[in-house]
Amino acid sequence: MAEDRFISEVEDFCAVTIPTTDRPRRRSLRRSWSRQQISGLIWQIAVIAIAVAVVGFLWSNAVHNLSVRRISTGFAFLGREAGMPIADSWLAYSPKDPYARAFLVGIVNTLRVAVIGVVLATVLGTAIGIARLSSNWLLSRLAAVYVEVLRDLPLLLQLLFWYVLMQGLPAARAAWKPIDGVFLSNRGLVLPFMPVHAANLWVVGAAVLGLGAFYVLRRRLVAQQMRDGQPRRLWPYGLILIVLLPALVSWAVGASWTVTKPELRGFNFVGGLTLAPEYFALLIALVTYTSAFIAEIVRSGIQAVPRGQWDAAAALGLRRGFVLQHIVLPQALRVIIPPMTSQYLNLTKNSSLAVAVGYQDIVSIANTTLNQTGQAIEAIALIMSVFLTISLAISVFMNWYNARIALVEH
Amino acid sequence: MTMATDLSEAPLPIPPRARKAAGGRPIQWLRANLFSSVPNALITLILAFLLVKAGISFVQWGFANAIWWLPGSDTAACRALRGLGACWAVIPEKYRFILFGTYPFDQQWRPAAVTLIFIALFVISSRRKFWRPTLVVVWIAALVVIGVLMWGGVLGMPYVSQDRWGGLPVTLILATFGLAFGFPLGIVVALGRHSNLPAIRSLCVLYVELIRGVPLISLLFMASVMFPLFMPDGVNIDKLLRAQIAFILYAGAYLAEVVRGGLQAVPRGQYEAADALGLSYWKKHGLVILPQAIRHVIPPLVNTFIAFFKDTSLVLIIGIFDLLTTAKTAIIDPAWQSFSVEVYVFVGLIYFAFCFAMSRYSKGLEAQDAPR
Repeated sequence: MAEDRFISEVEDFCAVTIPTTDRPRRRSLRRSWSRQQISGLIWQIAVIAIAVAVVGFLWSNAVHNLSVRRISTGFAFLGREAGMPIADSWLAYSPKDPYARAFLVGIVNTLRVAVIGVVLATVLGTAIGIARLSSNWLLSRLAAVYVEVLRDLPLLLQLLFWYVLMQGLPAARAAWKPIDGVFLSNRGLVLPFMPVHAANLWVVGAAVLGLGAFYVLRRRLVAQQMRDGQPRRLWPYGLILIVLLPALVSWAVGASWTVTKPELRGFNFVGGLTLAPEYFALLIALVTYTSAFIAEIVRSGIQAVPRGQWDAAAALGLRRGFVLQHIVLPQALRVIIPPMTSQYLNLTKNSSLAVAVGYQDIVSIANTTLNQTGQAIEAIALIMSVFLTISLAISVFMNWYNARIALVEH
Repeated sequence: MTMATDLSEAPLPIPPRARKAAGGRPIQWLRANLFSSVPNALITLILAFLLVKAGISFVQWGFANAIWWLPGSDTAACRALRGLGACWAVIPEKYRFILFGTYPFDQQWRPAAVTLIFIALFVISSRRKFWRPTLVVVWIAALVVIGVLMWGGVLGMPYVSQDRWGGLPVTLILATFGLAFGFPLGIVVALGRHSNLPAIRSLCVLYVELIRGVPLISLLFMASVMFPLFMPDGVNIDKLLRAQIAFILYAGAYLAEVVRGGLQAVPRGQYEAADALGLSYWKKHGLVILPQAIRHVIPPLVNTFIAFFKDTSLVLIIGIFDLLTTAKTAIIDPAWQSFSVEVYVFVGLIYFAFCFAMSRYSKGLEAQDAPR
C-alpha cells in the first residue's frame, strides 16, 4: 500500500514538470495501479460479505432452532446443580455441586494428565532419542522399532489397548506387587503416599527457597569464575541451602515424614495414592505415543549439531556423556524447542481422548453437560476457551524458554 | 510433527563417518557394534536377555498356545487359555464385520472392491511419473466409481444407505475425501494467509488458529451436535457427511500451515520475476509459486496425511462405524468379549500397514530430494 501511494505521489509531482505529450502513458499507468487496488478492495469486500452472510445465516438458524427447542442461551446454567457423578477428582466434589464446579474439576483433571504427561513424555522421549543415536546397534535398533511402531498406530487404538490390558489385570485381592507397597490391579495403580500436613509444606517451602538461593548463588559464582578463571567450590553451599536448611526447618516445626503404605481391606485399598485405571491408561498412552515423536525431534536436533563439535570435544579429552550434556544438548536445544512446543500442545489436545475410556476431563464433562442441558454452543465455547488458554500458556512459556536459551549463545 | 521431518534428514556439514569395520567379518561387526566397551557389552547383554524373554513369552502367547480356529461360537476352549494363549479364532469369526461393518453380507464384494480402488489410487498417486494434470481426472473418476459402488442403486446393485456402511472403507473414505477437499482448501487458505490484503489475511489466520487451537474431538462433537442447530428447518445432513465436513475443515487448517511453510521457502526473486512478466495473481501462483512451494513440502505433507489417517479413528467417539469402531463393536458379543487384545492387534496391523507404507514413502522422497 505504502508503495502504491509513493508511486502516485511521484506521478503527481511529475505531472507538474513533464510535458503534456506524456499524458496518455501516465494515465494508463495510474489506471493500472488503481485497478489492482480496486480489485484487492473488491476481493476483500466480497470475502468479508460472504463470511458475514454465512455466519449470519448460521446464527439466525441457531437462534430459531434454539427457540423452537426451548433452549435458553447464556451461561446461567453454570449455577445449576450438575447432578453428574465424577469418580476421579482431586477437588472435593459431589453431584449436588453446580456445573461451574464440575467444569473446574474437569479442567483440573485435564491439567493433571497434561502436565504429568508432558514431563514424563519429555524424559522418556529424550532417552529414546539419545538411544537411537547410540553406537550400540541393538539399542539403536530397538529404539527405532519403538518409534516406528508407536508413531504408526492411532493413539485412540493404543489407548483402548492399554485400557483393555488394565481391565485384564487381576482383581484387588490378587494384585501384583512389583515392589513392596505398590499394587497393580484392575483398580489401577496404588502407590505409597505421604499425607500432606501444614508442617510438611513449610519444609517444602524452605527447600524451594534454598534451591532458588542456590541457583542465584551458582550464577554469581560462575560469573566470577568466568572473570578470573578461578574455579570455585559449589557443593558446600548446595549442602547448606538444599539439605541442611529444610532439615533444620523440619526439626523446628516438627514435621512428620511417615509414608503411608496402601493396605488391602476387603475388596479395596486403604491409604496410599490411587491412580484410577482410566487415568493410568490415558497417561501411559499419551506418554508413550508422544515420546515417540519427541524421540525423533531430539534425534534430529542432536544430528543438527555439527560433527566438528563432537570431534573438538573429543580432542579435548572429554567423556562422551559430558560432551552430550554440556556441549551438544545446549546447542541442539535451540533446534529442538519449537517442534517440542507443538508436541506439548498435541499432547494436551490429545488428552481429550479421555472421553473414550471414561476419564472425566474437561471435554468429557462438557459433553455430559451438553447432553443434559442441550447448551451445545456454550459447552463447546467453554472447551475451546480452555484449550486456547492452555495452548497460549504453553506457547508463551516455551517462547520465553526459547528466548532464554538463545541468550546463552555468545 | 512436520517439523521433525524437516530436520531429521538435514545433511550434516561433514559427512558422518562410516561405521567401524562395516561389512567386515561377523565377529568384527559384533565387536564394533555391540561389544565396543564394557558398558556397551553390558547394555547389549541386558537388552538381549529382555528381548529373548519377551520374545519367548510372545511366541508362547501368540503362536504356541494360540487357538487359530474354533468351529461354531463355543469359546470355552479359548477362555480356558486366557492369559496363556491368544484366541486368534476371533478373527476368522469376526473379520467380515470388522472390515465392512453392517454392510449387507452378500454385497460385501462392493466395499472390498472400493478398498482395492483406494489402494490402487494411492499407489498411482505416489509415483512421480504420474504427477500430471490427468491424475486429477483419474481421482475424480475413481471417487465417482467409489460412490457408485458404495451406494449402488444402479447397474443391478441394490441401494445401500450410508448408515449401513462401516469398517475399512469408511476409514478410507473419511481420510481420502478429507484430504481431497481439505488440500485445495488448505492451499486457498495458505494463499489467503500469505496475501497482503488485511481482511482476507486476518480471516484466514482466525480460521487456522481456531481449528488448530482446539482438540479434534471438540470439532467432531460440534459436527454431530451443533451442526443440526445451525441448519434451517427441514435440512437434515447425514452423520457421516457431517463428520466428513468436520474432517475437511480440520485437514484444511493443518495443510494450510504446511503449504504456507512452502510458500515462505520460495525465494522472493520468483515472485518478483513473475510480477515482472506481468502475470496475474492467479497465473503467478498457479504457474510459478505453488508448483515450487508444494515441491518443498512434500515430506511434511505426507506426514500430515499419516497423522490425518490415524485421526480418522476419533469418529469412534461420535459413533460412526469406522475400522476402530467396528473392531470395538465386534467384541461386544458376550461369547468373544474377553478377546479384545487379539482384535486390537489385528486392526492395529491394518493401520500400521497403511501408515508404515506412507512413512517409508516420505523417507524415500526426502532421500531423493536431499541435495547431493
